[in-house]
Amino acid sequence: MDSAEETAVVESHQNSRHAELGLSDETVVEMYYRLVQARTVDEKMWTLHRQGKIHFIISCRGQEGIQIGSAFALRRGEDFVMPYYRDTGVALVLGMTPRDLMLSVFAREADPASGGRQMPGHFGYPRLRIITGSSPVATQLPQAAGVALASKIKGEAAVTAVYFGDGATSKGDWHEGLNFAGIHKLPVVFICENNGYAISVPQNKQMAIRDIADRAAGYGFPGIIVDGNDVLASYTVTKQAVQRALKGDGPTFIEAKTFRVAPHSSDDDDRRYRSREEVEEWKRRDPIERFKRYLEEVNLLDDSLDQRIREMVLEEVNEAVDFAEKSPLPSREDLMKYVYYNS
Amino acid sequence: MAVITYREALNQALREEMRRDSNVFLMGEDIGVFEGAYKVTAGLLAEFGEKRVRDTPIAEEEIVGLGVGAAMVGLRPVVEMMTINFSLLAADQIVNHAAKLRYMFGGAVKIPMVVRMPEGGGHQLAASHSQSLAVWYAHIPGLIVVAPSTPLDAKGLLKTAIRDDNPIVFVENETLYNTRGEVPDGEVLTPIGKAEITRKGDDITIITHSRMLLVAMTAAKQLEEKGISVEVVDLRTLRPLDKQTVADSVRKTTRAVVLEEGWPTYGVSAEVAAFVQEMAFDYLDAPIRRIGGAEVPMPYAKNLEKAAIPDDQAVIAAVTKMVA
Repeated sequence: MDSAEETAVVESHQNSRHAELGLSDETVVEMYYRLVQARTVDEKMWTLHRQGKIHFIISCRGQEGIQIGSAFALRRGEDFVMPYYRDTGVALVLGMTPRDLMLSVFAREADPASGGRQMPGHFGYPRLRIITGSSPVATQLPQAAGVALASKIKGEAAVTAVYFGDGATSKGDWHEGLNFAGIHKLPVVFICENNGYAISVPQNKQMAIRDIADRAAGYGFPGIIVDGNDVLASYTVTKQAVQRALKGDGPTFIEAKTFRVAPHSSDDDDRRYRSREEVEEWKRRDPIERFKRYLEEVNLLDDSLDQRIREMVLEEVNEAVDFAEKSPLPSREDLMKYVYYNS
Repeated sequence: MAVITYREALNQALREEMRRDSNVFLMGEDIGVFEGAYKVTAGLLAEFGEKRVRDTPIAEEEIVGLGVGAAMVGLRPVVEMMTINFSLLAADQIVNHAAKLRYMFGGAVKIPMVVRMPEGGGHQLAASHSQSLAVWYAHIPGLIVVAPSTPLDAKGLLKTAIRDDNPIVFVENETLYNTRGEVPDGEVLTPIGKAEITRKGDDITIITHSRMLLVAMTAAKQLEEKGISVEVVDLRTLRPLDKQTVADSVRKTTRAVVLEEGWPTYGVSAEVAAFVQEMAFDYLDAPIRRIGGAEVPMPYAKNLEKAAIPDDQAVIAAVTKMVA
């Protein structure tokens, strides 16, 4: 990131938590930058939606901790990543830009995921090995097992990271994907962002267990629980899972406990199914504020640097909106393009 | 030139394509040690090993989903559904994923996957084992649907399908596996999207596909003895349809019967009748007649099942009335 040199003024912390994980000061400041960036992109999209400028958005807000932490443990452009529709933070860490994301919500020709054909939030970027998906939940799990199977058949040292919410874990194809990956010890990291709700249905109406990670035992691989609002903890468990996969030891299931503080999507009103107190309680556990406090404790962030990061992000996001808004729509003549190969 | 079964033809196609291209691999339930519910994969595990002939759990959505994933990153999976009836468990992966991901990804990926599945009744396997549902998939943009009726086309179309870069629903027929036919030695490739005039005639055209081709041919032979000259067109590919070959035939004979094993309501025959009247209305000397399966869940009792599937007598009756 561009602000790397700015962190050089701050002294290094050999005994800090991040140093013990092998993360440089620059890297953790970049993590913070990505947290702010994901949140800002999300907030800007809600504003654009309220202004009637874009049709639909789906929110990452509150879940950035696991998204940024886990994505930093992946090898950009080497590992395959199959995000789900909240993973704005994952997409940004892996190399998608605010411009790319704005081009998607504005459905522009230059949208790198699909040229305006795919729904927003269905992240895809071939060069970065981010594989887009369809909208029914959990369907990416058997596909992720297939991608990892291909890596194994080809002898390629790539890990497939697949993301989903707690809602997806109720589905048959979710089970089918984990089961197959377990049988063949495939290099997959399953990352469940458990935000407690399948849209409006709370976890206790989705399953009779408290920890989804318990289910991993049924597939023959470890299920790890992590505080998804703790960026460094999220990084650590994902890193370990990637290493395990690369060694040929098979999949890992990560359950990240987190919370979506915004409604499910721009078509949702979450006041109908959960109390404001619950949402406010989780806002106090905000992953960005937590990480900010950590960086302040280790003297890597002060108000002035924070201010500069936020300004830099805002400028970048505003520029992305301008760019996307002015960018041309897909051509009507191209309606049938991409239906078939060679068409 | 050898005479082989439809089953052997499919097996040869798989074997030859697996030898030709190391990216081709097979997945499905019981396809390895058991060599397939219909023995189409006989001998392939022994030749190619578990890496390329993979037995899976009984989980159709997983089987096709794995195929979609592997195809997106460069392999050429050929996956087997035990029957088209069970492919409904995987319909989400076929319809919402295989058919659409290329489009939704702005052309960035291709899905060179073949999903093989037999359809059809006639074996007393009752309501949920006997359906002819190819038309469900033929409705979907993004999919190619083929349904060969002869050993030659079973081999030729499967080889072409495996080499094609689009997702292909390859519909076999349970009754056809034991049927025999001539298949030339050496490379056999049948083009996708081309119908075939299986029998030439002057008075009427029967348009059909898959197993019903045999019924049409039997009927045509008997009709010839009555002095009625029947042309038979085998669609071979259900999407994209070869409308031109069909329309040209009907313009020549001026009458058309569309015969299918499946239910005619919203069926293949409905689609064919619609485009024939669009393309050849002024040439028609009679309304287009459709013959299909009885609109009933397939009954188990043999006599009832027989009554539910079109036979040569139904075709002869319809044609005789139209030509008279």
